[in-house]
Amino acid sequence: MSSAADAPIAAIGETPVLPEHVDSSVISEQVSVVTETEAPLGWWIYFGISLIGLGILGISVGWLFWEGIGVWGNNSPAGWAWDITNFVWWIGIGHAGTLISAILFLFRQKWRTSVNRFAEAMTIFAVICALLFPSIHVGRPWHIYYTLPLPNQMAMWPNFKSPLLWDVFAVSTYFTVSLLFWYVGLIPDLATLRDRAKSLTRKRAYGAFALGWRGSNRHWRNYERAYLILAALSTPLVLSVHSVVSFDFATSVMPGWHTTIFPPYFVAGAVFSGFAMVMTLMIIARQVYDLKDLMTMKHLENMNKIMLVTGSLVGYAYAMEFFIAWYSGNEYERYVFINRATGPYWWAYWWMVSCNVLSPQLFWFKRCRTSIPIMFVISILINIGMWFERFVIIVTSLHRDYLPSSWGYFSPTIVDIGCFVGSLGLFFTAFGLFIRWLPQIAMFEVKAIVPGAQPSHHGPHDDGPAAATLQAKEA
Amino acid sequence: MSEQRPLLYLAEFDKPDDVMHAAEKCRDEGFENWDVHTPYPLHGMDAAMGLGDSKLGWIVLACGLTGVSLAVLMMQWMNGYDYPLIIGGKPPDAIPSMVPIMFELTVLLSAFGAVLGMFALNEIPKHHHPVFFSDRFEACSNDKFFISIEAEDKKFDLEKTKSFLEELKATHVELVRDQEQEEAS
Repeated sequence: MSSAADAPIAAIGETPVLPEHVDSSVISEQVSVVTETEAPLGWWIYFGISLIGLGILGISVGWLFWEGIGVWGNNSPAGWAWDITNFVWWIGIGHAGTLISAILFLFRQKWRTSVNRFAEAMTIFAVICALLFPSIHVGRPWHIYYTLPLPNQMAMWPNFKSPLLWDVFAVSTYFTVSLLFWYVGLIPDLATLRDRAKSLTRKRAYGAFALGWRGSNRHWRNYERAYLILAALSTPLVLSVHSVVSFDFATSVMPGWHTTIFPPYFVAGAVFSGFAMVMTLMIIARQVYDLKDLMTMKHLENMNKIMLVTGSLVGYAYAMEFFIAWYSGNEYERYVFINRATGPYWWAYWWMVSCNVLSPQLFWFKRCRTSIPIMFVISILINIGMWFERFVIIVTSLHRDYLPSSWGYFSPTIVDIGCFVGSLGLFFTAFGLFIRWLPQIAMFEVKAIVPGAQPSHHGPHDDGPAAATLQAKEA
Repeated sequence: MSEQRPLLYLAEFDKPDDVMHAAEKCRDEGFENWDVHTPYPLHGMDAAMGLGDSKLGWIVLACGLTGVSLAVLMMQWMNGYDYPLIIGGKPPDAIPSMVPIMFELTVLLSAFGAVLGMFALNEIPKHHHPVFFSDRFEACSNDKFFISIEAEDKKFDLEKTKSFLEELKATHVELVRDQEQEEAS
């Protein structure tokens, strides 16, 4: 029965999402076994390097707190530099997770099921790294609670008209909702790990978080509705978050920042960089844990196509910014853009263009789209390029504004580099722990899309009183 | 020592089609305290069990409305009344610049409503349930499908319910008895 239902997929020349031998028990086994057996050597090497990065973060941020933000290279025209670049970069990376888990869910893209858990975890860790930077860049981080509407000794309230405050609400809401979404998705899979557990400790640890899940259909009914609602809430949320981040720039009167294209341009860039990061991590995990049956070439190819689309959108935005700078007739605006491409930061600008616009164009060719080494290199190039994009937007606008007498130049210090490298360490450490102890693929969601997993609705079938009356009417 | 109190019958199925048809039969038989347990949600099972639509949407709507109202009240009171701030020449209680936070708080409270509302409707966390007394039930989170009919059901009968379930292409039918009392005595 099931093979008849799946025949058309192959007949019309489409590749099925999963290979034929994959069924529910294969999925449980392949995904769960990663958390049940000793970590492979590759994981220890990865984790060791990540821990070194985390240590660098501790030292850098500790020194920053001790000495003050003067240890960074930020100066008078360039009051924002690597700190905000890192913030926007990390938050952008997070966006791909929500896109995959929420927007592709609403579009009924079944292939997302192999990727979404992974991408959602990435979202959470990326947003943690993102939240770090605005918090430490305020200078006196122990006063960061001033941004919250809490009664304080000065009897003052936050200024709700400031985009920076919108950012506080947007990013913290985004983090909370992403965490809820991720945890709700994990519950049935934690129950699988609980039921497979051999030791009492494992059974209790996973069991506690599985909340006594028993696969009840009375539960699935509310569960699926909750999932749908969370997806429907996350979709406008993710678009709002990077739009609000772009308002930090767009509502100011800096040349190069004060443009209406920023919200869509930032969102496209965010999805672009996030997909690249998911791709980098996925290729490594797929290789180390041999998950090629569940993360197939079809998944990778689909993701490359999305990167091609969003990369081209970003390229269009770069071109449109330049065009509008010329078309506006505003000499400050024109100067900023010419300065970006030919001024002291020309190298950053051309890094950005070649990584973000040129390199994904290779994905027009199927051979490049399906070659693991090529997509791995391009995914890393895109991550580099998107970092430079934020650097270019922030620093080239600030370092030369209206008055030539106040022009300057920003160069990073060792603490700038330490904070950035350290945030990578934090991200990869958290990701390593996730891969080690939690199911990295949404098992129950993949099981539900395996051929033959759903009732065929063929054969002797009784649809109950409602259907009976329908049939009677038809007769 | 007398036998322990029977709690429920657990019928095991291998195929989604079989459990679907069996669920339709249980629904038509008029059972009330019964359930279907599956490793992943089955399309059409709600209809097969005769369940209505989830009420979660109403909970989320209430939470969302609370969120947007709280946001408006908070910002109007703090920036417009308690400590008026004139920024950019706009009135202290200007609505347009408050829209982003109204949106964020709506989403935040709705999301909590969706998750906590789902927990409440499903009565989880609940780590004890008679189905967990069965060793075979561990396969439910892997690849097997189950139907449970509880002894509390009015139509439950040790003999009749058993033969009813056996006729439904169940691969295995098991009577689950209370084990907690056994351990205590």
